[in-house]
Amino acid sequence: MSKISKDQVKHVADLARLAISEEEAEKYSEQLSAIIDFSEQLNELDTTNVEPTTHVLDMKNVMRADEPKDWISKEDALKNAPDQKDGQFRVPSILD
Amino acid sequence: MSVLDLSIKQLQEKLNNQDVTVTELVQAVYDRIRETDDEIQAFVTLNEEKALNEAKALDEADSDDQLLPLFGMPIGIKDNIVTKGIRTTCSSQILSNLDDPLYDATVVQKLSDAKAINIGKLNMDEFAMGSSTENSSMQATRNPWNTDYVPGGSSGGSAAAVAAGQVPFALGSDTGGSVRQPASYCGVVGMKPTYGRVSRFGLVAFASSLDQIGPLTRTVEDNARILEVIAGQDKMDSTSANVEVPNYSDALTGDVNGLKIAVPKEYFSDGVDENVKARVREALNVLEQQGATWEEVSLPHSEYAVATYYMIASSEASANLARFDGVRYGQRAENAEDMMDMFKKSRSEGFGEEVKRRIMLGTFALSSGYYDAYYKKAQQVRTLIKQDFDQIFENYDVVIGPTAPTTAFKVGDQIDDPLTMYANDIMTIPVNLAGVPGISVPCGFHPENDMPVGLQIIGKHFDEATVYKVAHAYEQATDHHKQQPQLGGAKS
Repeated sequence: MSKISKDQVKHVADLARLAISEEEAEKYSEQLSAIIDFSEQLNELDTTNVEPTTHVLDMKNVMRADEPKDWISKEDALKNAPDQKDGQFRVPSILD
Repeated sequence: MSVLDLSIKQLQEKLNNQDVTVTELVQAVYDRIRETDDEIQAFVTLNEEKALNEAKALDEADSDDQLLPLFGMPIGIKDNIVTKGIRTTCSSQILSNLDDPLYDATVVQKLSDAKAINIGKLNMDEFAMGSSTENSSMQATRNPWNTDYVPGGSSGGSAAAVAAGQVPFALGSDTGGSVRQPASYCGVVGMKPTYGRVSRFGLVAFASSLDQIGPLTRTVEDNARILEVIAGQDKMDSTSANVEVPNYSDALTGDVNGLKIAVPKEYFSDGVDENVKARVREALNVLEQQGATWEEVSLPHSEYAVATYYMIASSEASANLARFDGVRYGQRAENAEDMMDMFKKSRSEGFGEEVKRRIMLGTFALSSGYYDAYYKKAQQVRTLIKQDFDQIFENYDVVIGPTAPTTAFKVGDQIDDPLTMYANDIMTIPVNLAGVPGISVPCGFHPENDMPVGLQIIGKHFDEATVYKVAHAYEQATDHHKQQPQLGGAKS
């Protein structure tokens, strides 16, 4: 019995902006369920009052002055774009 | 003996004495690559024209440049490290047309400032996700010791190129073992520095709280010399640490008398090959004869490291890889109906199977209703794993064990089963989760398949110097690092 259903897989794929076929949904349902099952072992550990680690070094916010400086030009920024027009990235229509 | 067998120090002596020119050295590198890379498939992009021009310029340069630490040294770069004007693909279809990146990673700039020469870009598991380099969408790199075997991964191209004598030095990246495990499988030296030691600016992010760039070399001394150049705080990476970078080569004294070594019993569990354990015990004897002492210890949360890692790394990856959307660079799918359709088609066509699986896992772990149960839980267990190391390092100088549970496996053996594949990383992952430095050095061969075995030496935060000292003392007492695979005809 899969823990992550095909419907859940499709929902996650939508959030991740991935198009998946019925077959892939089936496969991910099995594989992700197996990985999630494997990770259930973490629940053997009591982590009450354990602080989560997001960063291993004891580091504070790093601040600097917000000053303009030379970086990539608009022309350069556009040169690897799949599509561009009038100095901007062009994408398919967002609204009908 | 070929010039490609020499250390940085020896090469620089030869350049100084004008026994060889930079151009001859760089030419020798490309000759060797042409001779061997049909078989090894380590390089995805060669930088030959520019490299030879740079070599010529160095040969004509004033003598002051010769004092720079990596003057004329040929180096290969893993293909997830951005190189201005040189194709950077992460071995992924989605970036396969990124021919003209706009800037250099900080490490690339630093190598260039030290007058090293970028030979080309090295194959990897796509976006550094994998342990065999079979997940590359470009080609499958082979292990130079036996081409039926994988080179490990994800920095498999870097490790194989150094082992095959194509380049003396390469850069890799290590998120869960991706420098150390291929170094182990290919019989070379691979260092993952402390998190924050080396700038990640221009390293295409996989898991930002774990990723570090590190050198792969044939000797510990060369490794230390390269880290000296690439380490240090960088204003372009706010997670790079404001900690002074020592002269690592000064630490290579050969003196380990009185050094205290911790040997975790969890790194000698049933899942670890008996012959790998035997090689590591022999190495401990060598260090003992040099005056070090060792004791068995416990890192009790080691068994939870793999599950912790896959939750955290996949979650961070799902966020980091959101940027590949077919808008600003990379591949865009044809015939999209609207923008959402374009995102989905571009990503589905552009990413390979393992990458999509991890994006899916990470997106699930971060999604509403599951975040606390999976992602936050894994971050809490990460704290426990880090505390294991903190406690051990109160009483010991280094932790030593195997780098990987086995030697290299055969091409095609593990790729179908994600969980088996993930288990390769059981002794390298805790090091990334704790953020401490770790190195893999060759410690002999497996008697059944004749493949190399790696010894892992782990140190305290920002104490790469001690890690190098121990690795060097061990290396100098053995001749494992002098062994070279035979392939592509004899080197002359």
